[in-house]
Amino acid sequence: MSLVFYLLAALTVAGGLAAMLLKNTVHCALALTVAFAGLALLYLDLDAQFAGFAQLLVYVGAVAILVVFAILLTKGSETPKDGVFSHTWLAGLAVAAAVFAVLAWSILQSVSRLPQAAKAPTVTVQQIGVALISRYVLPLEIVAVLLTVALIGAVIVAMHEKEGGAQ
Amino acid sequence: MQQAISFTPQFMASPIAEILWLIPAVPIVAAGVIALMKQPRRKAAATLAIGSLSFSLLLSLFAFGYVLSGWMSGVATREVVNFTWIQAGASQVDLGWVLDPLSAVMLVMVSLVGLLIFIYSTGYMEHDENYTRFFCFMSLFAGAMLGVVIANSLLLLFMCWELVGLTSYLLIGFWYQRPAASAAAKKAFLVTRVGDVFFLLGIVWLFSQTGTLLFYNHGGGSLEPLALAGLLAQPAALGLTAAGAIGLLIFAGAAGKSGQFPLHVWLPDAMEGPTPVSALIHAATMVAAGVYLIARVYPLMQAGALAGGTTTALTVVTWVGASTAVFASLIAVAQNDIKRILAYSTISQLGYMMAGLGMGGVAVGMFHLITHAFFKALLFMGAGSVIHGCNEEQDIRRMGGLRTKMPWTFGTYAVGMLALCGFPLLFSGFWSKDGILEAAQHWSVARTPLYLLVFGALLTAFYMTRQVAYVFFGRWKGGKSAHESPAVMTAPLAILAFFAIALGAIGTPAWPWFRAFLDGRATGFDMHGFAEPGLMALMGVSTLVVFLGLGLGWLPYGNRSPEPEEPDVLERAVPPLWAALRDRLYVDQFYGVTVIAFYAWWARVSDWLDRRVWGGAVAGVAWAFRLWAQLNRSLDNNIVDGSFDKGCEELTVSGGLLARVQTGRVQTYLRILALAVVALAAILIWSSRA
Amino acid sequence: MTPLAGYLLVAALLFSIGLAGALTRRNAILVLIGIELMLNAANLNLIAFWRYGPHPEALTGMMFAIFSIAVAAAEAAVGLGLVISIHRHAHTTDLNLMNRMKG
Repeated sequence: MSLVFYLLAALTVAGGLAAMLLKNTVHCALALTVAFAGLALLYLDLDAQFAGFAQLLVYVGAVAILVVFAILLTKGSETPKDGVFSHTWLAGLAVAAAVFAVLAWSILQSVSRLPQAAKAPTVTVQQIGVALISRYVLPLEIVAVLLTVALIGAVIVAMHEKEGGAQ
Repeated sequence: MQQAISFTPQFMASPIAEILWLIPAVPIVAAGVIALMKQPRRKAAATLAIGSLSFSLLLSLFAFGYVLSGWMSGVATREVVNFTWIQAGASQVDLGWVLDPLSAVMLVMVSLVGLLIFIYSTGYMEHDENYTRFFCFMSLFAGAMLGVVIANSLLLLFMCWELVGLTSYLLIGFWYQRPAASAAAKKAFLVTRVGDVFFLLGIVWLFSQTGTLLFYNHGGGSLEPLALAGLLAQPAALGLTAAGAIGLLIFAGAAGKSGQFPLHVWLPDAMEGPTPVSALIHAATMVAAGVYLIARVYPLMQAGALAGGTTTALTVVTWVGASTAVFASLIAVAQNDIKRILAYSTISQLGYMMAGLGMGGVAVGMFHLITHAFFKALLFMGAGSVIHGCNEEQDIRRMGGLRTKMPWTFGTYAVGMLALCGFPLLFSGFWSKDGILEAAQHWSVARTPLYLLVFGALLTAFYMTRQVAYVFFGRWKGGKSAHESPAVMTAPLAILAFFAIALGAIGTPAWPWFRAFLDGRATGFDMHGFAEPGLMALMGVSTLVVFLGLGLGWLPYGNRSPEPEEPDVLERAVPPLWAALRDRLYVDQFYGVTVIAFYAWWARVSDWLDRRVWGGAVAGVAWAFRLWAQLNRSLDNNIVDGSFDKGCEELTVSGGLLARVQTGRVQTYLRILALAVVALAAILIWSSRA
Repeated sequence: MTPLAGYLLVAALLFSIGLAGALTRRNAILVLIGIELMLNAANLNLIAFWRYGPHPEALTGMMFAIFSIAVAAAEAAVGLGLVISIHRHAHTTDLNLMNRMKG
């Protein structure tokens, strides 16, 4: 386990924690961006360069912006009066802790059986492109449709209704 | 006492006998037609009634002529036509009719008197609005009475007897809106019913003993020697034979219908009916049906009598008749209603007839019946004429001097009254009553009936003179002036007056045609008939009695006209006796205290029984059911419903509890999801670990 | 601790953090942020298994992760659009107050 991994992991986890714990929603969004960036670097560390850059482009470049827009449009920048956590936050924390416990336990239990291939794979963009067109053409097309639908749907859902009827 | 004559047996009924059934049938059918007419048509109803009875009269005359011709050629006719009505296995019930001198004579009398009264009624009932109903009932009555006359079966006779009783009830209560009339009709029906119960017992007994109810059936009838011998051999209670006992039971029925003491109480009240009804039913025909019945079953009554002797049954008949004769005459003395006097007179004369039957035989009683029918109908119709002329006044004390105002009525009434009193030689009543007195003279058992009957004749003359004096002599005490009745009413009176005189001729000792005819013997005119021992003396005594009575009656009442409110002469003389006689010797009151009181008590007991005991049982059952139903209901409500409701409540509560899981908040759902994943994962890992 | 296990643990931690936030924060947008974190953690899992698993030349893991990124982006867009629309009606993004589906 190299030092790079620990640093990047710490960064990502810190960003995630900050995203979930901060009071100001905009700060949370920014912390989320940090977490995204950390993840992208982790991908790079894992020799998944395409995935890392895709992560940066999509998540940091689009989703984070989208989240900030949403926060601003819903006046989320104002801090609510009676706390940002729900009354029963302990139950939720407990559930999350239980989930982590199960996951961690299963990981640690199966350490010996996990695969150990160390040789880094060489992945070219051409390979990815070919794979997309040949083997994964159907998911590609479906995702294209999905994105179109999501686009149209999001616009419709979020559109301002004019007085006197839906547009 | 005469011997029983054996009639020539007939095996083939003549044509006239075959169609004899038409005589009663035609008036009954006429009654039915009148009843079914839609609107009351007065002329049509009267024509139908009179026409049908004329037809019956014609046929009766033919039958009479046939029997008469047979008698003149020395043949005693008795023709029967029998048929089986009900066949029940081995036993059967036969009905039939008989044509013999007795029935022939009675047929002519009934139809002739009936026809005259029908014609009279068209005038009397002129102003009545129920004219049609009257003629319907009268026609029905006439048919039923003729049925009684020709019946050869005791059952058929009983059926027509009951029909006669029914029409009597309907006609007595003709003006039913009057409470007195409907009460009188009920009384008549119930009292005669008492007699009829005994009659029915007699019929049933006779049928069980002899197996047949036919009178004559070519040797197999119940009045023929074979059956009578069987009845005589059978002993009944109190030393009687079956024949005697049955005879007495039948006499009980006759006593009810003919108004003998103590079943006479209905006859005076029956005067509530219209006068033609009183004339036809309660003077001439229906009340005579009892006498006719005894005459019909005379062989039964006489069975077992030794030559010159008598039977227990006939003795009872005689005593009852004689005592009734005197009893009714006494009461008639103190009555003030013109019709009631005549009613009691009728009861008295019926007593005479019964006594005559008991002591002298069929011919004696029947002769008085025939003559009485004519002059009593005459008297009643005359009374009706008087009532009509005096504008419906019936109290004799408010009449008077009608001799000049209503001459025809007076003349005919006088004829009838003298016939009833037995005025010597000229009037039929003298000869018929004398026949009875003669029979009483020769009666072997006792002399008392003779003395009673003579005393009764005295009283008869007395009260009739009193009545005639009040009504026709003196001065007019009524309101409006009186007027003579129309010809349609006085013409029948004249015809009846003629018969009241003429009929005497057929029963004199010199020429006893009637007796011979009924017996089937031949006879001729023989003045030596008067030479019978004691006959002239008896005729002298009865003549003396009649004149004595007339004189005694004339003295206090003749040509004096006391005011209606003044007490009667006799009442001033012997007030207690007069009061007792006026109140009809308290027989009605006696009945009221005993029979009716008992009946009321019995009705109360039955009511109590019904309401408390049977009603209580029913109520008890109902109460038990209700209890059971309540038990079921509580069971249903509390246990069944309760458990069900509880179950539903539990369901609702648990549902409510479970519904709390659905908070509607997304984060709750997420948490539960996560928990479920944890649980599943744990299970999976744990199971794969092993 | 193998490198793969390390990556997996980081992914698990990230996943739990995202889940905790999604389960406890009151703001709807922060719930969506938490969900994005969870998705990303899953992506990390995928890439880690692709790198250290057999047959990395098949590119399966990488492809899966890429498609997952695309779908997550679409989902984020629609979800945020929904939150905006809800805010327009209810004038709040507080999830505690949105319980009209209460049973």
